Amino acid sequence: MGKMPNWADAVLVPVISLLLAAILSALVILAIGEDPLAALQLMVKGALGSSYGWGYTLYYTTNFIFTGLAVAVAFHARLFNIGGEGQAMLGGLGVALACLYIPWPHWALALVGATAAAALLGAAWALLPAYLQARRGSHIVITTIMFNFIASALLNYLLVNVMRPKGSMDPATAKFAQATHLPTLHDMLAPLGIAFSKSAPANISLLIAVLACGAVWVLIWRTRLGYEIRAFGHSEPAAHYAGINATRITVATMLISGGLAGMMAINTTMGEAERLVLNSVEGAGFIGIAVALMGRSHPAGVLLAALLFGFLYQGGAELALWTNIPRELIVVIQALVILFTGALDNMVRMPLERLFIPRKPSIKKG
Amino acid sequence: MTPAIELQGISKAFGPVHANKDIALRVLPGTIHGIIGENGAGKSTLMSILYGFYRADAGEIRIHGTPVTLSDSQAAIAAGIGMVFQHFKLVENFTVLENVILGAEDGRLLRPSLAKARKELRALAEDYGLNVDPDACIEDLGVGFQQRVEILKALYRKADILILDEPTGVLTPAEADQLFRILRRLRDEGKTIILITHKLREIMEITDTVSVMRRGQMTATLPTASTNPEDLAERMVGRKVLLRIEKAPAQPGATVLDVQNLCLQDATGVARLKSVSLSVRAGEILGIAGVAGNGQSELLQVLGGMRPAQGQVWLNGQPIDIATPRADARTRRALGIGHVPEDRQREGLIMQFSAWENSVFGYHHDSGWQRYGIMQNAAIRQAAAAQMHRFDVRPPNPALEARHFSGGNQQKLVVAREIERHPQLLLIGQPTRGVDIGAIEFIHQQIMALRDQGTAILLVSVELDETLSLSDRIAVMFDGQIMGERAADATDERELGLLMAGMAPAGGA
Repeated sequence: MGKMPNWADAVLVPVISLLLAAILSALVILAIGEDPLAALQLMVKGALGSSYGWGYTLYYTTNFIFTGLAVAVAFHARLFNIGGEGQAMLGGLGVALACLYIPWPHWALALVGATAAAALLGAAWALLPAYLQARRGSHIVITTIMFNFIASALLNYLLVNVMRPKGSMDPATAKFAQATHLPTLHDMLAPLGIAFSKSAPANISLLIAVLACGAVWVLIWRTRLGYEIRAFGHSEPAAHYAGINATRITVATMLISGGLAGMMAINTTMGEAERLVLNSVEGAGFIGIAVALMGRSHPAGVLLAALLFGFLYQGGAELALWTNIPRELIVVIQALVILFTGALDNMVRMPLERLFIPRKPSIKKG
Repeated sequence: MTPAIELQGISKAFGPVHANKDIALRVLPGTIHGIIGENGAGKSTLMSILYGFYRADAGEIRIHGTPVTLSDSQAAIAAGIGMVFQHFKLVENFTVLENVILGAEDGRLLRPSLAKARKELRALAEDYGLNVDPDACIEDLGVGFQQRVEILKALYRKADILILDEPTGVLTPAEADQLFRILRRLRDEGKTIILITHKLREIMEITDTVSVMRRGQMTATLPTASTNPEDLAERMVGRKVLLRIEKAPAQPGATVLDVQNLCLQDATGVARLKSVSLSVRAGEILGIAGVAGNGQSELLQVLGGMRPAQGQVWLNGQPIDIATPRADARTRRALGIGHVPEDRQREGLIMQFSAWENSVFGYHHDSGWQRYGIMQNAAIRQAAAAQMHRFDVRPPNPALEARHFSGGNQQKLVVAREIERHPQLLLIGQPTRGVDIGAIEFIHQQIMALRDQGTAILLVSVELDETLSLSDRIAVMFDGQIMGERAADATDERELGLLMAGMAPAGGA
């Protein structure tokens, strides 16, 4: 078994995958008679060319960090949590409950309370699939997917029948109180003398997301629980030999994973919409899978991959707005990136390994 | 006589590492030729070149006098070379017949190929005593039979040179004997056989000539009749090796482990342990002998806390809980029971973890290794480096992942971890399976030293030699029961062999 140098594994593989995706996307754009270079320019300008663009890019990035971390943590225990979508929806419910029914004196306290509520409900939504996996062997991919639908239906019911203010035609809760409104990047950067767009939705949740990256890193590589999670993920029989309880690890991992997915709601529901609306997650739970794959389940990788997908989201929206390139093509480009960085990872990795390994002999060659 | 295989000046380098250096080899047709060497000596590389997996950097290959280029395995098969790998390449849910024709079908329709193969298999069975039910599913066959299917696959492809890579690694002694009978028959019918192994006994038992490899070079080729195990071991390792451990008589102390009427049923209701009773005293080794699959593994698993069972177990006179699922491996370790599991790669180590992370595996709750749930990585790393030095683990790099160590060094990692805790009782399964000779000697010495410090040791090994040379007392298991117990110096392989076959010899237990 050979091994590439670490930098090649962490940098070269994703960069080449991205380039391949970009080339293929360019060909597709060419094929529909548009100019790929101009499209790229527009995307870069739209997503990164102004503080307004950055504000949206970072807003999406925040979502993807949370859901990406959620999937990454579960991956370490070799659990495939596809339920980020549903767990984030429940997180939204948690945020709404915390913001609507508790009179917070200050946004900072509200943020702590809402984060806790979001994580709690997100984790609760992962509990049953985790338990079923650990004790009954019901496959977690199936159960978490089904729980996405249940979450969607539950929120639909609650928003239409229970939480909708009287007289409103909109399936959404009432607006949260002023005291719970989170500072946006504009508010945060203004004291530092940096002008940032007032209308962009990026907010203080971004900092929480970055902190969460650090926390996940500590959890996975510095704590006993992380040690057990990784051991369990690599080899169940060995974990059993070491006295690591499979049920406990499965449930603990999924609770953390669900909690992280749920925390996404502080960004969308508390930071942006300032009320709970239907479909507030908008597929971010699924993007999290691609983010975790591309980020190799490492928090730093997740952070970078989330940024990339944030860029693609915002740049793609701009593209649809200003060109004849249809909205669907943006989905194609995003799909290509997911395909190359996630699913086709080995396609790039294997030739690269062959390139590196003859020069770097492995230790045992029998 | 033209050699069946003639290699000249074969070299293969992986970067600066010369896996094979200027190898010359001549194997006459109709002989069994052994190739012996430690892990990493270059045996597998050489065979991969012969089977077309690697291209040699230099050198010439002649098959029956004709120079050949073996660019891939198809070319090797065409040249009449068949390979039986250590890990079988069979489709588990296909029948024997389907596996045999897989990749060698005659046309788009299966029926004619199957009919032809069925006829051929019958002929092969008659010629060589290779009897396998052609319609049996692979997953229903024992390991020995699966190996026969691999041999049949090679013969069906008209191989007359058969290469077997560590063929007895997975076999019971009885299955190994059957394999050897088949190999002798194949040789007598004119086939040429190359046997790669690191087991000296097999070389002595079955080969006609033997080559020794060390560090990529062929250091000797000699007729088996003119050598002996000590000589071969010395040529393999490059120094004198003690094949039989020298031990002082045991000084047994108080009873540490006492097991009464231990019973275990598996998920399908089959009794795996039937009222097993035994005891181990401090400072002595109780060896469990038996053909693999007669309950030894289950005994270790139950005592190691990996599965619950019924019965009574006392440790130092204190009853311990073995029945509830709460009684897991962690509580067993806390009681001072160390466990070297039978399968180090599946259970004993996390192959993707570094050596230092593995050095506390199972003991990661200890206060020295974690505080308030935070792993003390610096301390662990330091302790691991020192431990690897004491146990001569090579390379002595704690950051290297377990999977990058050789089998012997992996086992040293596990043994070091369990021994250095100075357990009250050490459970040790297959201490030297797949381990090269130099490491075997070292591991045996460590086990002995632990015994002499007063640890009670329960040893399970399918290698009867090993059980005989290490143990003070030997209990033989057959079909989940203890057939009898003997003092190690008052018994021999013959008597134990009878017990292992389930026959209680006259004189009783």
